[in-house]
This record gives sequence, C-alpha cells and structure tokens, in this order.
Amino acid sequence: MNVELKDINKTFGAVHANVGINMKIPAGTIQGILGENGAGKSTLMKILSGFIRPDQGQILLDGRPVSIHSPADAIRQGVGMLHQDPLDFPPLRLIENFTLGHAGGLLPQQGEALKDFKKLAEQFGFSLDPEAYVDSLTVGERQQLEIIRLIWLGARVLIFDEPTTGISGPQKVNLFNALRILAKQGMTVLFVSHKLEDVEGLCDRVVVLRQGHLVGGTQAPYNTHQLVEMMFGKEITLGERSAGCAEEVILSLHEMAVEDYRLHIGRTNLDVCRGEVIGLAGMEGSGQNLFLRAVAGMVRTVGGQIVLDGQDLTGRSYHVYKENGVAFLPASRLEEGLVPGLTITEHVILAEESSGFFINWEKGRQLAQERISEFNVKGTPANTVESLSGGNQQRALLALLRDQLTLLLLEHPTRGLDIESTIYIWSKLKERCHQGTSILFISSDLEEILHYSDRVLVFFSGKVTAPLEASTLTTEKLGELIGGMGWPKSNGEGKPS
Amino acid sequence: MKKNNWLTFGFQVGAIILALLFTTAVLLLAGAPPLQAYLSVIKGTVSSMDNVTNVLSAWAPLLLTTCGVLITFAAGLWNIGIEGQIMAGAIFTTGALRLLQNSSLSTGWILVIGFLAGLVGGAIWAALAGVLKIFGGVNEIFGGLGLNFVATAFALYLIIGPWARPGIASTSGTLMFPQKLWLPTLPKVALSPWALGVGLIVVILVYFLLRGTHFGLRLKAVGKNAKAAFLMGVPTWQYSMFAFLLCGSFAGLAGAIQVTSVYHRLTPAISSGYGFLGLLVAMLINYQALWAAPVALFFAALNIGGIQLPIVLKLDSSLSGVLQETMVLFVLLVEGARQQLFRKR
Amino acid sequence: MNSSSILLGLAGVLFGAAPIMFAVIGETITERAGIINLSLNGTILLSAMAGFAAAVGTGSIFLGFVAGAVIGALVALVVAFSSITLKQSQVAVGFVLTLLCRDLSYFLGHAYIGVGGPRLNAVPIPVLSRIPILGTLVFNQDVMTYGSFVIIFLAWFWIFRTRPGLMLRGIGERPAAAYVRGANVNRLRYIYTIIGGAIAGLAGPAFSLSVKAGWAGSLSGLDGYGWIALSITIFGGWDPFRAAFGVYLFAFLQWLGLVLQPYLPNIPTQVLQVAPFPLMILTLLLVNISNAEWVQRVLATLPEGTRRVVVKLLRALRASPPASLGVPFESE
Repeated sequence: MNVELKDINKTFGAVHANVGINMKIPAGTIQGILGENGAGKSTLMKILSGFIRPDQGQILLDGRPVSIHSPADAIRQGVGMLHQDPLDFPPLRLIENFTLGHAGGLLPQQGEALKDFKKLAEQFGFSLDPEAYVDSLTVGERQQLEIIRLIWLGARVLIFDEPTTGISGPQKVNLFNALRILAKQGMTVLFVSHKLEDVEGLCDRVVVLRQGHLVGGTQAPYNTHQLVEMMFGKEITLGERSAGCAEEVILSLHEMAVEDYRLHIGRTNLDVCRGEVIGLAGMEGSGQNLFLRAVAGMVRTVGGQIVLDGQDLTGRSYHVYKENGVAFLPASRLEEGLVPGLTITEHVILAEESSGFFINWEKGRQLAQERISEFNVKGTPANTVESLSGGNQQRALLALLRDQLTLLLLEHPTRGLDIESTIYIWSKLKERCHQGTSILFISSDLEEILHYSDRVLVFFSGKVTAPLEASTLTTEKLGELIGGMGWPKSNGEGKPS
Repeated sequence: MKKNNWLTFGFQVGAIILALLFTTAVLLLAGAPPLQAYLSVIKGTVSSMDNVTNVLSAWAPLLLTTCGVLITFAAGLWNIGIEGQIMAGAIFTTGALRLLQNSSLSTGWILVIGFLAGLVGGAIWAALAGVLKIFGGVNEIFGGLGLNFVATAFALYLIIGPWARPGIASTSGTLMFPQKLWLPTLPKVALSPWALGVGLIVVILVYFLLRGTHFGLRLKAVGKNAKAAFLMGVPTWQYSMFAFLLCGSFAGLAGAIQVTSVYHRLTPAISSGYGFLGLLVAMLINYQALWAAPVALFFAALNIGGIQLPIVLKLDSSLSGVLQETMVLFVLLVEGARQQLFRKR
Repeated sequence: MNSSSILLGLAGVLFGAAPIMFAVIGETITERAGIINLSLNGTILLSAMAGFAAAVGTGSIFLGFVAGAVIGALVALVVAFSSITLKQSQVAVGFVLTLLCRDLSYFLGHAYIGVGGPRLNAVPIPVLSRIPILGTLVFNQDVMTYGSFVIIFLAWFWIFRTRPGLMLRGIGERPAAAYVRGANVNRLRYIYTIIGGAIAGLAGPAFSLSVKAGWAGSLSGLDGYGWIALSITIFGGWDPFRAAFGVYLFAFLQWLGLVLQPYLPNIPTQVLQVAPFPLMILTLLLVNISNAEWVQRVLATLPEGTRRVVVKLLRALRASPPASLGVPFESE
C-alpha cells in the first residue's frame, strides 16, 4: 500500500512536535525514519497509527485520503504498529494473544487460527510455540508474535518503533529477513530508529526528522556523515570546562556491572574527580538510566565496586548513599521526584535536614521563597507542585537539593526547559562544581552534553564508551556513537536471548 | 483561589442536601413519617441530660478511632482492621483489670494500667496487620478483615471459656466489674470526663502531629508518593508501620474506654462499629483533622438519637447509619463529579 | 456419626455454600474486568432482604430472586459509575456502599422480621438422584443450589472458552492493549461490573429464600458473608473452578467445626466456626509471599534442589490478580 503524508502538523501546548511533514512512501519499500529524542518521530507514528489526530494535514493510503480515529481503526484500514514495548498480554498464551480482539462469533475458531498462526510463523522462519505464555518470551519473540498477528489482521503498512532495542543479534537477523520478505510482498515498512547501522543496513530510503521538521532524505547507499549532520545539525560551540582531572578522585567505579530485564551493562570503569561534570549521552533506553541509578545505590549491581570518597558503598541502599552526600534527581518529576498534593514549602521542609520535632513553618516558608527566587520558579511557596508547569517543576526539583553535596546525579535535568532556564540552571550547577560537587548527568541534547561536560560517556544498547574528553569530541563523532557507529568491535550487544 | 473554595463548599453542601433527600425517600419507602423521624432523632440527642451525656460518651471512642484512622489515611493505608484493634484493646484491658482487681493497688492505678494495656493490645493487633502488609504483601484491607474476625473469635472464646461468668456462661459478656473499677463519672450521669478527656487530648495531638511536625509531613509524603518520599530520604516502611502502631494504640484506648466506662465488662460486640464509623467520619471530613471533633460529635449524636426510633416510631435504629453513610457516599460522588467537570481547566 | 448422616451433612455443605458461590463467582467476573466491588457484604444483605420482601409481596420465589439480582446490579452500577466515570477510589466507594446497603437492609427490612415467607423445596432430579453418593450430594438439591453449580461452569466457560471472555481477560490484564485491539474498555467494564453484581445479588435470596428462609435483620447471620466472598475471590485466583474449591473448602471447614463440637467441649462453637479466618489470612499470605523481595533473597540462599521445590510450590499457590485491577483506564 502506498502511504502519503501531506503537511502533517501537531502541537502539544507550546511544543510544535510535527511541523508540516510531507512524505511519500511507495508500497514495497522499507522506509527508515531517523531522528534524535524529541525530533517528532513518535508523534508522527502515533498519528499514522491512530493514537492521536493531527491538527492539520492529511494521510493518504493508496491515493485515498483517510481519516484514522483510533488504533483499532488504523488496523482496519491496514496500518499496524509495533511498539517498542509490544502491547500484548503477558499472562496469556501466544495463541490467545494472537486471536484476542479478532472479530468472530461467540466461540473462538481456535483450529483455524492455529493453522494461520503456524503458517505465518513458518513463512517468516519464526519458531513460536502457540501454547507458551507470553511472559516467558523474549522481547524479540514478542515482536515476532506481533508481526504475524498484524499481518493476519490484514495490515499492509507496518510501523516499527525502535525494534532493535533489547533483542539479540540472531533475532535481529531474523527480524530483518522478515522485513525484507514483507517488503517483497508489497507491504510498506516504516522503520523508526536511532541506530545508524541498522538503518543503513536495512532501509531502502531514509528521512531525517529534527525538531519537528523533516530536514532531508536520501537513498541507499548512505553517507553516514551526511546522516549524522542531518540528525544533529552543525557544529556547536563548546563551553567552559575544567582543565582535566587535577583534583582528587571522588567516585570510583571498578568493573561495575548492572542489568535489568532488557539490558546488561558490563564491567565499567570510571574515575570521577571532585568538581567534574560527566555527561551521559545516548538515546533513551541505551542504559544510561540504569547506570545512573546503580551509581545512586537505587539498583543493585551484579558485579564490581562503587567507591565514594574512599568508602566502599557497593550493595548499600540509596539512603546510605544519601547520607554520604549523593543526591539523585529523577526525570519523571511527578511520579518519582515530587509529591503531588504537597506545597513547595512542604517539599523544602521535607528535603532539608530536619532538626527537632515541630516544623518551623515560618522558616520553611522563608527558605522556600529563597529557593523560589534563586531558581526562578514561577510559583509561590503555598502552591502545590502539580499546579506548576513542567519546566517549573524541574526547577523546583533542583531547588530542593541540599547545599553541600559530594555527588549530584541528574536524569535529564533541563528537559522541558527553554534555553534561558537551561543556561541559568547550569550556571547554578557550575557554581556547585566550583564548590567541589561532582556531577553526572543524562541528557538527550547533544548541545547540552558537549557544552557542559568535562568528559562524556556514550551509551548504546548497554555498551559504554570509555570516558571521552569533551573538548576533543565533535558533534559528528558524538552523533555517530549515539547511533551505534564507530564503536570498537568487541563483546556482543544487548542482552542475549 | 477563593472562588475555588466556595465552589467546593457549595458542592459539599449540595451533597448533604442530596443525602437528606435520599434518606427521606428511604423513610417514605418504609412507610415512615420523615419529619417525625428526624425530630425524634433530634429529641433523642438533646431532650434530656441523659441523652446529652450519652452523646458525649459515644463521642470519646469515636474521636479516638477517627484520629487513628486519620493517621493511617495520611500514610495511604485503609485500616479496615481497626475494629479488631478496638477489640484487642478491650481484651487486654479486661485482662489487666481481672488480674489486678483483687490486688493491693489503688483503683486509680488499676485503671491507668488498664488503659495502658488497652493501648498495647490495640497496637499489637495493628502491628500484625502491618507486618502482613509490609512483609507479606497482604493487602491491609483483607489482612485487617481477617484479623477482625479472629479478634472477635478470641473475645468469644474468652467470654465463654476462661473468663466465663460463674454459673451460666453467656455470650452476652463476662461478669461485670465491681463499681469501684468503673471509670469515675460526673455526678448523676453516665459520662466520664476522663474518657472524654482522653478523646479530646488525642484529637489535639493528632491535629498538631499531622499539621506541625516533621513526622506528620513525612507520613503524608509516604502516603501520597512513596517513591518520591523514599528519594527524599524518608524510611518508608518504618513510617507505614508506625502509622499502624499509632492507630492501633488509639483504637486500643477506645476499647479500654468501652470496657471501663460503657459496658464495664467484655462483650462480643464491644467495638460497637466505632472503627468503621471512624473511617466514615474521616472520609467525610476529607481527612482534615480540623473537622474531626465536630463531625464526630454529629455522628455520635446521630447514633444516640437513633436509639429512640424503635421505641417511638417502631423503626429500626439503623436509620442513623443510613443517614451517615449516605452523606459520605454523596460527598464522594459529588466530589468526583466536581473533579471531572472542572478537569479541563 | 454414620455414613448416611455424613453424606447428608456434606450435601448440606453444598447447599449452604450456594449463596457464597454466587457472590464469589460474581465478584470474580467483576474483578476480571479490573474493578473491585467492595460492597459485596452490604449487597448480599440488601438483596437478601429485598428478595425476601419481593417474594412475600408477590408470592413468587422467582421474583424474589429477580429482585435480588436487580439490587445487586443497581449497587454495582453505583460502583461502576463512581470508579469508571468519576474515577474515584474503588475502595472508598465500595466501603461506604457496603455499610450503607447493610443499614438499608436492616432499616427497610424491619417490618419483615419474623414474617413467614416462601421457601424453596428440594427438587430431586429423576434417575440421577438415585446414583449412590453422588445422587444425594448433587442431584437432590433445590433449584438455587443447582444454579450455583451451573454458574461455576458457565462463568468458567465464558471466561476461558469464548471469544468475548478472552477480551474480558485482556481488559483486566492490560486495558491499553485491549484498547488497541478495538475494545471499548470502559463500556465493557461497566457491563461486566453490573453482570457480576447481578450474579452476586443472587446470593441474598439464595439465603433468605432457601438456606435460612426468612429475614432476621442483624441476627440473620448473613453479615460477614460478603467479606468472606471477597477473600475467597482472591484465594480462587480469579478462576471459577479454583474459587469454587475455595468456597466448598470454607463451607466444609465450618461444617466440620460444628460436627466436631461434641468431641471438643472446651472450645465454644463460635471459635471453631471462625477457624477458617486465620486460615484465610494464611492463604492470602502464601498467595502473595512469592512476590516479596526478602523471600527472593532467602530463596537465593537455599540449596538448588530445595529451592526448585519451593519455587514450584510458590508458583502453584500464587494468585496474580488481573494486572489492572483497581486502576482506572484512560484512553489518553
């Protein structure tokens, strides 16, 4: 089926997520869609797959303008989407997941469906046991199930959102073969990814999105430099940074390994100096969050040691880390960082080292007002945190940090903030560095990474680079690494499944 | 800001009116004269000194359970097990009194120890629910429920077994304690200022605890967002457990009051539903301790007033319950409607 | 006790368990859709009273059952409305309703205390009731008890063997995924909550028109059944067959308590009758325990062989609720 997107526009409040996107994808093509986090890829795909409606613009399938009301409507019209975390039912069996929602009478036609299931699985070379339970499957296998299901329901357009995150090497080969078969059968495949190697190896054509715009497109064979430039833009001026690690080492990671059900980060070594800023770069889900939480003591490591200021804190709980001067700021403000229902004053009081039994409300209010002014939070001490805008919530989170900290761990510290706020916040953070606090921060913004870090670690599918001097990094090199190119060939990627 | 508060208040008043309309409809359905029913309830509370003091007597345990439940609600817990905690307190108090009644201690001391025993009993019973929840993953609603039944069974066992009345063992209760062990009352009435005093002290305590202490603030943080509270350094499970202990202690004191001041013995129904009623009061006042005292008084009045109904109008006294519960229901529904209506601001 | 009286006693267990069976099966269906109907205890009392009143008023036992089901459905509608549309806490509304319905039943039923009313008679099924043992147990009961048998199979069949039942499971587990597959999640939740409530509403008349015919207000002994039913729903792992096992186990233990009474004179009846509750707590504990972190740590320290056995045991006991139970759904 031919797909055409005409002048698609979508705004969320102040954010213009898709700006006049025009695309034409002929049937039988594997179309790659590249872009950083926040470029607008997922918004566009959500529009095409029926989750959200565009503010403006048209979708045409085989030349006919269509209106897609819901995800179920989309599949009816032949558009199916495979989410990064497949929307399936873990406690149910594969064959049940396969048939759930399919139209029919009271009794399920189990026999027919089973036949179709087996036929489709065989066609793509997937080995799936229809009687197995989905929660026993790997991510790759869940993808395979979803693929045959969507085809069974009549999808002619398949959208894959970051499909190669968290699957093994052999499974990726299977997946790519399946996609090529699909394209040969006349399906249109949209492959959304940040992994340059995958896109270059698989897609017939590629478009690049940046900040809501479709900045360009090319066809195979590809020029990596060109792609990186389109994704990340031109060179960025570099900011001030400290001259290398002259001070003492404040944090030492020795052969640290940590894992969750999707990723395994193995044997990392890192020495962080007092007052240093380390940026953790990479696309979301590449392992930075896991890494940072391990350093905060929130996630148990499975190997190695963490030594903070001479003390071995391996295996200890987060509260012990906190007592030793570590602070962790999560990215999800209202879910993890702030308490909805409590005011700014109450947060400030909670975050402070409390002395005594009774709360000194007057002092608390004053302190809250000070912090509000210092961080320019648009709100009063009596405001509840959920009434603040996203950006102000971020500032409030930062405003809650204690004065003397050894190590500050920030998950996306300036997400949702405008340039001015970002600069202001960083000036405050740099102040702390001068006072001796070391900072590790995660960011999807290359400019931020390059501008403020002394050294950078890049994450990709659980792999971590050795610390790179920011002064020697170019935007292009960084972009390449984030996209998975330019890594030394060593141990396998991701978690074997 | 101001307009918002008036709007909310308006909705709440609307809810109360709806509740009255509903209850009136129920009365009509039962073929009863609504106005007379309401009047007789009112009369039942204020018409005589006895009635007024009965209301104040019922106020005390209700104050205690309401305050206890405010603490567990602050921590985000549904302490349905509070009825069992009252019972456990009553059992411990009875046990202490039985042990000491023939000893050489003065009655004052015996009563004090009795109260302390009740406090401990309730706290232990609540701790059980807490352990089940924190270490066993058993939802505190079901854990508490099961423990309620167990507490009642234990009380029955004691009443019919080891603590049975000499002669005819009766399920109506143990032998009454001699008058000297009754909590001293005001002259000529059945109201003990001590019981009321304990209740009022606890209200004030809980009010300041929740509003003005670090403990209270941390507890609220745990209740509203345990993850964020944890990140801010609050030891979450310890706070949850402490909330259980505190509420259990208050419930235990309520049990102690029931034994020493109202029934003067252990009966199988000694908790008198004050636990659940406390939950209702807490829900009605939207968990704000400021309103605990007046609303609890109102509910206590309804309870006592309702006793008149079978006598005067041949109606079941559960009408009071209907009125109380309908009020809470409509406040809940109206609040929900208000939130949904004004959501897309 | 001779064998025939034991047999009759066991038949009585099946008979007496019928009301709870309706409640548990109804609640299982509701919770499978992701909604908790905590008002069960009150609903049963109110539907018992209403069923009895309707039967006395109209002279028709059938209408009595209909009235009970209607009451169950109405209360469930309030729960559904509050939870799904108003997005309020399901526990809060269920708790208030359970008390309200109880008090409504006492208040409105006042006039019916001690009144004589119709009562179901046993309807032995020809031929089948002659089968030794099984005949007496299963085929010599009244219509309501037969209904309680049938509803187990119907519910199981619906949930596990039909297409819409598959969707029901989907909604409870992962409403977002069900939504993507075209389900109108909230509308289906309404429907299943009301159906579940209606089935649970049959529990009341099953009691007041059969097991213990009549209405005795607060002395009816019915208060508490709803809480038991809620616990057995969890124990039953949201599977009608396992739930039925739980119901009969509970009823059997209560009966056993009565039977053993003369042999254990020191322990009062009430205590033995309440013995299933610590058992219930224990099972709730066992059902959840495998999830606790400290248990995982202890398991890691056990020797391989023992650990495998323990893990298998825990797996068998584990009852995972529908993942979205109690969580409101927004289609964004």
